[in-house]
Amino acid sequence: MLAKRVIPCMDVKDGRVVKGVNFVNLRDAGDPIELASAYDAQKADEVIFLDITATSDDRATTVELASHASASLHLPYCVGGGFRSVADIRRMIAVGADKVSVNSAAVTNPALIAEAARAFGTQAIVCAIDAKAVAGNPNKWEVYVAGGRKATGIDAVAWAREAARLGAGEILLTSMDRDGSRDGFDCALTRAVARAVDIPVIASGGVGKLEHFAEGIIEGEADAVLAASVFHFGELTVRQVKEHMRSCGIPVRL
Amino acid sequence: MIAVVDYHKGNLLSVQRGLEALGARVLVTDDAAAIARADAIVLPGVGAFADAAESMQALGQLAAVRERIALGVPFLGICLGMHLMFEEGTEGAPQEDDEESSHNAQGLAVLPGVVDRMPRTDAQGRAYKVPHVGWNQVVPPAGDKDAAVFASPLFAGIDPGEFFYFTHSYVVPDGPFSIAETTHATAFPCAVQYGDAAFGVQFHPEKSSDAGSKLLGNFIAIAKGA
Repeated sequence: MLAKRVIPCMDVKDGRVVKGVNFVNLRDAGDPIELASAYDAQKADEVIFLDITATSDDRATTVELASHASASLHLPYCVGGGFRSVADIRRMIAVGADKVSVNSAAVTNPALIAEAARAFGTQAIVCAIDAKAVAGNPNKWEVYVAGGRKATGIDAVAWAREAARLGAGEILLTSMDRDGSRDGFDCALTRAVARAVDIPVIASGGVGKLEHFAEGIIEGEADAVLAASVFHFGELTVRQVKEHMRSCGIPVRL
Repeated sequence: MIAVVDYHKGNLLSVQRGLEALGARVLVTDDAAAIARADAIVLPGVGAFADAAESMQALGQLAAVRERIALGVPFLGICLGMHLMFEEGTEGAPQEDDEESSHNAQGLAVLPGVVDRMPRTDAQGRAYKVPHVGWNQVVPPAGDKDAAVFASPLFAGIDPGEFFYFTHSYVVPDGPFSIAETTHATAFPCAVQYGDAAFGVQFHPEKSSDAGSKLLGNFIAIAKGA
């Protein structure tokens, strides 16, 4: 049976993990490869590096990071952030990234998903969606771009469906309302998207405790669950999370 | 020397590094003559069947690889590389949506049958997500149900039920060549064997942690012993 995935996510700036890292048993907690290797050892199912650097000079650092990752890690990894063209994506795939995630650029230019899927295969293209609840409308979520700063007026469920049609192989769905809240995933949002598309959905945003992961799978109907700070701060290990998920009857790789 | 076949479709680094980490000498090459001289051949999985087959044909690799497999040279096809061991594939074929189509791309034709899209529903009509992405359990084929261990040397020391990392939308046909299977919507072969030394795996051993390294190590041992 296909295991539900647990995915630690690292925000990377200038080649270092940011957003606070206080991970136990690490010489240098800010090094993304070292952190990813620790997650590899804990049996994380994959890892995501999100490049949050602003300039193209810094992006060369991320290409270097992706190259080191392919040498050091024995698990699949995805790199996201700032891809605007097939050429940008090609550069990352060429150094060993298994997948790339596209976000703002795909909203502006949906053809990017189709072109990238044709060039590298559907399985290599993850469409990241940042969604925020529409006030006064409990079952509506709006897509935001530019790191959550810019509203688009686009319905998140409709956009997920369109991304899948264009050739995205997975949806990485972040609830902006829950991100950083520690209140758990937005399961209504996750479920709405998971039911709308026939490709896997990764739930993101809001994990604060052990039970939240299983909720994302059972109530959110997600195929994978993502978290950052609970892992980076050493509050929870991937193994603890998976053992709890298994106790809830969810298939996991332990 | 293991030749990793480069058919100009993308990243081969992970496979190369996975093999080198286990002590193998590896040459990544697109040169049919170099492939023909190698002690063993690894065909990684990148892109779509039709594209890959066309490139391999143009580079003279299809004939070179086919001849070496026939001679018993150890071979490992990974993901699309396993698909290419079969006669035909519908992926990326010009008239993929036309059921009457006879325009499927031609593979190595070492094994019989057509590689086609994986089903999205099981026998009860339940829907499954495709691509099949993530870690799934690999077991001996249903025909070997009583087997407590895998029969093929490729799986030596690997327990049935071990997880490997998959990411694909197409599956190979079933047949006596199946040496392992997994289930997503339906059970399907996820490893195949031709003769004593030619293998294909649907999953990515280079991305499958310790179990993947074990399997690559088994292939290297088979290559050395051949």
